[in-house]
Amino acid sequence: MSVPARIAYFGRRYLVSASHRLHAAELTADENRETYGVCNNPNGHGHNYFVEVLVGGEVDRQTGMVINLSALDEAVQARVLDRFDHANLNMDPLFRKKVPTTENLCRAIFGFLKDSLPAGKLEQVRVEETENNFFECSDESGNESANEYRLTRLR
Amino acid sequence: MVFLTRRATFSASHFYWVEAWSREENERVFGRCANRNGHGHNYTLEVTVAGEPDPVTGYVIDLKWLKSAIECQVLAAFDHRHLNLDVAEFAAGKLVPTTENIAIAAWKRLEPAVNARGGAQLRRVRVFETPDIFAEYRGEE
Repeated sequence: MSVPARIAYFGRRYLVSASHRLHAAELTADENRETYGVCNNPNGHGHNYFVEVLVGGEVDRQTGMVINLSALDEAVQARVLDRFDHANLNMDPLFRKKVPTTENLCRAIFGFLKDSLPAGKLEQVRVEETENNFFECSDESGNESANEYRLTRLR
Repeated sequence: MVFLTRRATFSASHFYWVEAWSREENERVFGRCANRNGHGHNYTLEVTVAGEPDPVTGYVIDLKWLKSAIECQVLAAFDHRHLNLDVAEFAAGKLVPTTENIAIAAWKRLEPAVNARGGAQLRRVRVFETPDIFAEYRGEE
């Protein structure tokens, strides 16, 4: 086949239902309430998060794929869903000292998947906390500390 | 620079098959997508163009024109078709009609028309196979 290799992106959305409470140990009770509002409710609350994984790479000339969907599913299942789905995020070792905001969750997921993909390169992770809030994280510089985050409030 | 996206839908059937492979190999790699009787999806196509708004009209592109281009160049060929049997790019021995290749094929069908018109440039084509599975093509990188 004389078709040149082309870069394309394959995206897949996963559902993660989890609970959390936003509370920073460094802040006083009043400051926490002021900062996090209802998200500081002592007993926590939950969301149906949508995790959107975007993988870039050359489209295989034979299979027409950037990455095999079932192989991507296996990686996300093992690295992300088994860990966070139907869990209390605050109980995860990752969030013992870090507040489980969706920014931090998005960054954690990016880190877990970055070197775990069976093919392609992780282009972006997007986590939708509700229909109106989402967070995106990419690694254009290849440097963990230089990850770029964007918060979008639709309403 | 402003990005403008037009969405369209098409319904089509397909199967995944590499002619050079045995049935077993096709089924191992493609799973149920290798069923030779095919299956179908309601696809959503998102076409994004980029440009500066016209100082008079405020348009990056005339959406009526873009809608018509999508209908003529892509939907006329893909909608209510069997991609493997009805679309030249995906004929036996050519490209497998994966979501990635459908996005690239849609781009290649649209780009000459958008370029010939001048002004806004094609920037991104996204094809959703289901609400949770999509592929994106941004042209040659």
